[in-house]
Amino acid sequence: MVQTLDKRSEEVAELATIEQAPRNLRMSRAARRDLRDGVLLCMPYILGVVLLWLGPMLYSIFLITQKWNMLMPAKYVGAGNIKRMLADKLVSKALFNTAYYTFVGVPLQLAVAFALAVLLNLNIKGQSVFRTIYYLPSITPAVATAVVWVQMLNPQYGVINTVLGWFGVAPIKWLFDPTFAMPAFIMMSLFSVGPAMIIFLAGLQSVPPEVLEAATIDGANNWSRFWRVKVPIISPIVFFNMIMGIIGSFQVFTASFIMTRGGPQNATLFFVLYIYQQGFELFKMGYAATLSWLLFLVIMFFTAIQFGLSKRWVYYGGEL
Amino acid sequence: MMTTLGPHMDAQYLKEKSRMSRRARLRRQTGRGLLLILMLTLSVAFMVPLVWLISTSLKLPGQVFLQPIQWIPRPPQWNNYPEVFRRLPFHKFILNTLKVTALGTSGAVISSLMVGFGLSKIRWPGRELLFTILVGTMMLPGIVSMIPVFIMFKQIDWVGTFKPLWVPAWFGSAFHIFLVRQYMLTLPNELNEAAKIDGASNFSILWRVIVPLCGPAIASVAIFSFLGHYNNFMGPLIYLSENEMYTIPLGLLWFQGRFGNFWHLVMAASMISVAPVIALFFFAQSYFIQGVQFSGLAGR
Repeated sequence: MVQTLDKRSEEVAELATIEQAPRNLRMSRAARRDLRDGVLLCMPYILGVVLLWLGPMLYSIFLITQKWNMLMPAKYVGAGNIKRMLADKLVSKALFNTAYYTFVGVPLQLAVAFALAVLLNLNIKGQSVFRTIYYLPSITPAVATAVVWVQMLNPQYGVINTVLGWFGVAPIKWLFDPTFAMPAFIMMSLFSVGPAMIIFLAGLQSVPPEVLEAATIDGANNWSRFWRVKVPIISPIVFFNMIMGIIGSFQVFTASFIMTRGGPQNATLFFVLYIYQQGFELFKMGYAATLSWLLFLVIMFFTAIQFGLSKRWVYYGGEL
Repeated sequence: MMTTLGPHMDAQYLKEKSRMSRRARLRRQTGRGLLLILMLTLSVAFMVPLVWLISTSLKLPGQVFLQPIQWIPRPPQWNNYPEVFRRLPFHKFILNTLKVTALGTSGAVISSLMVGFGLSKIRWPGRELLFTILVGTMMLPGIVSMIPVFIMFKQIDWVGTFKPLWVPAWFGSAFHIFLVRQYMLTLPNELNEAAKIDGASNFSILWRVIVPLCGPAIASVAIFSFLGHYNNFMGPLIYLSENEMYTIPLGLLWFQGRFGNFWHLVMAASMISVAPVIALFFFAQSYFIQGVQFSGLAGR
């Protein structure tokens, strides 16, 4: 993704140098004015990056060395927070839970989103109605969704067990059972794949008909036209949805905070929930900052791996 | 750049159809029927949470636990809704949410127009670097700044006020700026260059020439920002302490904590929080979808 953007920015930069070639040491008056206005107009974002990203990130590196509950003066503890983190059993538990949710959940979410997009791309009447219906759960506010699902997952009266009962499945305790709590969260997440679905759909519809026609002339049937032409062409979109899905999934919070508070037996203790508890319930700011950095590095690590692997399967065919 | 949604019949498909034998057509129609049934089944599944929500919100306490599930409560208890307002000051939560949402959304729209213009229609050294940083922050997990930003707001005594919830929007979010920039790139440069030759400053080009043409981009940013502020849960959870200042999501959480056993009332309260969003979605669906598609362009 960044590759194509980079390419485009390089082109623009090149154009800019060609245009400004005659200028030697001094910029023209118009160029100076453009520089001033450009910086002024972008100032909110430049300030935002400094005040809300760069500054805080640097400050939180400093926080790693501190023990501070925001009431007493902060105390320097050196690598104390890091040592504590490495020994903390709940850290590995929370990491495991979050990874479980991400690496089982995201592929399933992508599969559901993709399947829905393929269905919505069929030539059937009333597609806009179907699209609206499939999208609806995605716009429902997270707190309301969580509250509704607590009831839907109720072992005695919930609709999920009722439906499973039609197929002879014995009632499952879902959020009260350490084994089934996480699958319940993943199942819930499959209902809010709307944005990924729309992005897939736009991708499927942007495949140029000439390419498909050419494949047909070469003797490709429906099946291979789909898997060998359409899918590779939209692979950058699959990649985009996957990256965004993984980054978002690692930071999941609201549902577990409302539905389980991390239980039962820490089975749904997600990493951000643990950071929240340490920072805003126990007021261990230094430790919470240390945990945030760990999560940050973990996410960056997996994102980098994804970018590395993407060279093998993501097809960048230039402008499509 | 924008592709239209919905079914499209291309010439090639029609050609193929006429070539097909009757048997193949029959097979195709059966497949089509099966797919339609699949789509209808999925629709039912995707409707269940909302239908359950509406249905339970209109039940009597005794009807909630009836088996088999009563999907259409008789008679519908419309009185559950005023009851929610009698138990907790939901009108205050709504006002608070409106305030935060209006301030934040205006900030998001204004800042993304300014920065988006600076990143697309003016040439200046450093522009491409800033754009690269912008795309990078789109993928930066926000969690790493949560603790230090909280401490910062605490130092300037903003914790316990609405400011931490809406002021950051005025600095512009990477995603909104990206969306506006991409949209502005589709507007022909002749427009701003002509205005420039006429002696217009960059600022007047932005407000008089470009902004009037950015309707769809503004609508998308406004919708995303509205939803972001409206649904924001962690922000209010961290920054607000007084019950009087709660926003709708916090109020809903409070309601659930206190009256969790009254399913019908909790569902009515949830419905109060969901209804505005659904209404917005139905009225502005096309801008909504367009915005999501634009966000997907980051993947090209």
